[in-house]
Amino acid sequence: MKEFMYFAFKNTKFKIGLSILLFFLILATIGPYLSHYKDPLEYVSMSNLPPNKDNWLGTTTFGQDVFTQFVYGLRSTFFIGLFGGGLATIIGLLIGFIAGYKGGWIDEILMMLTNILIVIPTLALLIIIAAYLPYRGIGIQSVIIGLTAWPWTARAVRAQTLSLKSREFVNLAKITALPPLKIVLEEIAPNMMSYVVMVFILQFAGAILAAVGLDFIGLGPTRGISLGLMLQYSVLWNAIQLGIWWWFIPPGLAITMIVSSLYFLNIGLDEIFNPRLREE
Amino acid sequence: MLRYLIKKLYIYILTFFFAVTIDWLIPRFMPGDPILVLVSRFSGLPESAKVMYGYLIKAFGLDLPLWKQYLNFWMAIFKGDLGISIYLYPKPVLSVIAQAIPYTLVVLLPSILLSWIVGNYIGAAAARHRSLDSSMLPVFYIITSIPYMWLGILLAWAFGVLLGIFPIAGAYSFSMRPNWSWQFVADFLKHWILPFLSLFIVQIGGWAIGMRNLIIYELEANYSRYLEALGASEGLIRRYAFKNAILPQITGLALQLGTIVAGSIATEVVFAYPGMGYILLQGILNQDYFLVQGVFLFIIIGVLLANFLVDILYMIVDPRIRLGLGGENV
Amino acid sequence: MVEIKGLKIYYKTLRGDAKALDDVTFTINDREILGIAGESGCGKSTLGNSLILLKPPMKYVSGEVRLNGERLPIDNTVEMRKYRYKKISLIPQYAMDALNPTRKIGGIIKDLVGQHRVKYEEIEGRLHERLRMVKLSKDILNMYPFELSGGMKQRLVLVISTLLNPDLLIADEVTSALDVSSQKAVSLMFKEFRDEKIVNSIVFITHDIAVLYQIADRIAIMYAGKVVEIGPTEEIMKNPLHPYTKALIKSLPNAGIRHTHQKLEGIPGHPPNLINPPEGCRFKDRCPFASDECLNEPPLVEVEPGRYVACWKVKGR
Repeated sequence: MKEFMYFAFKNTKFKIGLSILLFFLILATIGPYLSHYKDPLEYVSMSNLPPNKDNWLGTTTFGQDVFTQFVYGLRSTFFIGLFGGGLATIIGLLIGFIAGYKGGWIDEILMMLTNILIVIPTLALLIIIAAYLPYRGIGIQSVIIGLTAWPWTARAVRAQTLSLKSREFVNLAKITALPPLKIVLEEIAPNMMSYVVMVFILQFAGAILAAVGLDFIGLGPTRGISLGLMLQYSVLWNAIQLGIWWWFIPPGLAITMIVSSLYFLNIGLDEIFNPRLREE
Repeated sequence: MLRYLIKKLYIYILTFFFAVTIDWLIPRFMPGDPILVLVSRFSGLPESAKVMYGYLIKAFGLDLPLWKQYLNFWMAIFKGDLGISIYLYPKPVLSVIAQAIPYTLVVLLPSILLSWIVGNYIGAAAARHRSLDSSMLPVFYIITSIPYMWLGILLAWAFGVLLGIFPIAGAYSFSMRPNWSWQFVADFLKHWILPFLSLFIVQIGGWAIGMRNLIIYELEANYSRYLEALGASEGLIRRYAFKNAILPQITGLALQLGTIVAGSIATEVVFAYPGMGYILLQGILNQDYFLVQGVFLFIIIGVLLANFLVDILYMIVDPRIRLGLGGENV
Repeated sequence: MVEIKGLKIYYKTLRGDAKALDDVTFTINDREILGIAGESGCGKSTLGNSLILLKPPMKYVSGEVRLNGERLPIDNTVEMRKYRYKKISLIPQYAMDALNPTRKIGGIIKDLVGQHRVKYEEIEGRLHERLRMVKLSKDILNMYPFELSGGMKQRLVLVISTLLNPDLLIADEVTSALDVSSQKAVSLMFKEFRDEKIVNSIVFITHDIAVLYQIADRIAIMYAGKVVEIGPTEEIMKNPLHPYTKALIKSLPNAGIRHTHQKLEGIPGHPPNLINPPEGCRFKDRCPFASDECLNEPPLVEVEPGRYVACWKVKGR
């Protein structure tokens, strides 16, 4: 752990990624308290006001405060990343792990399912599920994203498990007749920890992007606000044509920065965990 | 070789089966009875509501036992009967989709192919020069993090509104009818360029990152070390690495299709480009479930076909698959 | 003849330099197969690599290597290119996947000799003849590497590596992945290649000292980056002098049973950390005979004609 911290704070990509992420995380946490307005959807001001001292990021066509929407939207984004990405990681881990560890027909069936879901575009699946849900909150959105995003994780985890399984320390444990669960928990799982963290980060980013896509085509939360919904409303109400840039720049920029900071964090961690990549 | 193809085909058929089943299952087992929701839209017009209700019950065959409903669903699909669009009543869903497909393809295909070529080229260049790499890699990651629709919005705002160079809605001007005159083609291209660019640019990042990592991986492979030990020039080693790195990128093409299709849907929405994505949005906003179901089915069919094409292409270029050995990465 | 004098090669690591080769001196004679043995991490592979491909994280510190009297620019990767393949060649540990899987074997060979301005047509006859020697059909030139079995690839790499008749061939753990009967066959092929004057000298690196008994003329034993004993095979096996060699040979299983673990069961303890190696004799912590004089580093001295040992306890007779 001490060694990890040492290399972590020497790694530029890790530091940049973490700082950006923390910045948005803090903004999402305290933003709603900074804002003058309590309800992001309330009509509080004149419409289409450019940024000013009351409305820091201006107002929408309906006179809603963009900053208030933005900080509440950030919360939704982190929520979906955490729960949607988390769920996808857990399902992917379990399926990949069981398939790789058990082998045989269990492996065959699980991998068949995985391969099928890999071919089906996640968004298409999300559309068909989300379209029939009359009421959607960000909780349900996270669940459907989690339920559809796990296949590639399962495949990668299975490969990892297979390679760990064939390593010597696992063989040794087998020879000494440790029960399977013990082998898994004591020999395989610790060796996969770093890998799991990285998978989660990527799923976190994937869930955010998937949610924005859903929101944008009208399958976002039916209540509340999210960054994707902000983008959808801005396009629907001709913010582009009217040049109301303060409506569509902040949400898109935030998503881009959060997702790229997650990628940076990921490559940073990769370099920290794999000494081979540490050369620079 | 045949075994590889058959195994793949088998997965695709299963996938299609699975997709159709989902398509059938979801409207029936979702909470909140979509049919009631549908009919309630006509509540102001009791006559239409009655007609609609009768049609829907018949179309879904809800009075029949489940297995029969399922069977009928399949039969209808093979007859090309995807129902009637509610939003564009009384147009059949199939013809609505058939009209939209060319617009989607004309943006999607060039953007996929060109970004693949350009991305691979840039990625290989980055892997070659360390100095270039350290400045380019972050840029690639940022590009690939941009949500497709946001780049679309930015391009539309910058080129359409601020500079006023390109139109930002539709596939051609309202005043025109599609024909093969130069005037129309020029107008069409003007409408086409921004949607194309937003898809093209975002995809480049991913391909470049992939190519860069693959080449670096190949350069560390044992065969590269052996060549180096036997005094081969860097040029030869790189040539080998590039040829081997391009193979997984072809597979990547198939794996990325889903994401790219999702991106194209969002992009079409931004530019009101009358492709599949745009009609899907209309279907969703108007609760036109038949249209949504039909679009879903066509996206799956398209992705499966594209996957199959990629598989055949892969088989041609990779001797390991061609000669029936390996292929464990199926 | 290859003369290695005072060679020091370090490995750059984050915790400091690992002294993988620390002041190594010996010669490889003409027409000789010299075996190099030792536990993993003793520097034997570093030695092999430093003679042909010295690149980061390996770092040249000092010493020199002379091939037939000519000083080799081992610390200059670019200058070294002229010598690779033509003068010094390598059969790597990873012979099984040493060839690009997606190019036909004939094509790989053509590319490789072309890099040294040799036309494929000039060596085609020789290539066919060599393939016959190792019992491979010349049809394989039209095949891809993945179509061959492991043993076939091993023999093919032997042919490819020696195609330009190098003066020195470095064979790094070539038999480790093979079963006993294939080991014997491969060993005999090396001897044949030497006897046919295809290669002048061979350095045969292995952790399995039993293999050397079949093939090597002389054996050098390495421990923790240093050569601790050199001598004719017969004498080393029958009458090991250095305590480490003794332990190594004592730990050999009966003939026919192969080592599966690289760690020697017979010697308690581990090889020392090469970043901060102990002062004096590096084996002293594991040595049953260690005493105060071992706190000074023992030099490698000739105790009998042709027999060199680095141990204070072994006195010349």
